[in-house]
Amino acid sequence: MARIIVVTSGKGGVGKTTTSAAIAMGLAKKGHKTAVIDFDVGLRNLDLIMGCERRVVYDFVNVINQEASLNQALIRDKNCNLLYILPASQTRDKDALSQEGVGRVLDELKKDFKYIVCDSPAGIEKGAHLAMYFADDAFVVTNPEVSSVRDSDRMLGILASKSRRAEQNEEPIKEYLLLTRYSPERVKLGEMLSVDDVQDILSLHLLGVIPESKSVLNASNSGTPVILDEKSDAGQAYADIVARYLGENRPHRFIDDKKGFFSKLFGSK
Amino acid sequence: MSLLDYFRISKVGTASLAKERLQILVAHERSYRNQPSYLPQLQKELLEVIRKYINVEQDAISVNFEQDENQETLEVNIVLPDLNTKNT
Repeated sequence: MARIIVVTSGKGGVGKTTTSAAIAMGLAKKGHKTAVIDFDVGLRNLDLIMGCERRVVYDFVNVINQEASLNQALIRDKNCNLLYILPASQTRDKDALSQEGVGRVLDELKKDFKYIVCDSPAGIEKGAHLAMYFADDAFVVTNPEVSSVRDSDRMLGILASKSRRAEQNEEPIKEYLLLTRYSPERVKLGEMLSVDDVQDILSLHLLGVIPESKSVLNASNSGTPVILDEKSDAGQAYADIVARYLGENRPHRFIDDKKGFFSKLFGSK
Repeated sequence: MSLLDYFRISKVGTASLAKERLQILVAHERSYRNQPSYLPQLQKELLEVIRKYINVEQDAISVNFEQDENQETLEVNIVLPDLNTKNT
């Protein structure tokens, strides 16, 4: 049975697309046929993060409007043949996505794919609403920062009341917390909300912590999901998250400040 | 706030302040989220009816909705004007 995962946050710039790209790649690398869909119509960027921006011919809206078939629009990833990308359209028409159309595309994908990752746009407008509406699981991406935590809580309220599962009185969406851009050194100094602080407020199951890392920008610069940078801390953190989501028991990492005395002294990263 | 307090807070860091502010805000927003959607309209109409008879201020009426495990309570609170300033 296919599962639909929404990567959401409310707030922009917290790492939704980075996370979508990483976990979709992680799931595919684990042998599951996975599709990742960009719901940010008008501001597509998943194609850039996945490094397939020059291979976009048809997009999500073309499929919804039946101007192209799903197979024509899906782009096979260059690094993993079990991963497919469905890019967003660059149209400025706000009503390009319809609930009925999105439902139809997801139903078709469910026949062939094990996981469908929906990369939500920021905000709580139509695109964000449709990205989460059909979801089975929600990855709530949060930065340890007040506005991000508040917006995440707002999203939790929407997931609990406005989703298909809520409307049809089914078992609620499973919600997971992904804390990104975490800096253990700053937490230790009392400058940043800790994992425990954020969990106290949001009461969510923690799937993993992604440390603030240079590797994330390196990955987006080169158009390869950061999870493929297996030596990097962020890459390993995403690999842990995928493994935990699939039921493996992995202890949490990157939460404590493990920096040595000298690196602290010289401020290296 | 004394100078000493200022130093103490800056030494502790601002994360605890962030947590405190968030806890209050999130609790408030969650209680608001669970309110029925007719509440603002109810408040407006109640105010209109009351103002037919008593000259109360716009903010003199508050309608609160509370929910616990086994019951829902609708609390309507109207502050009547002072006897001295009453003009109807």
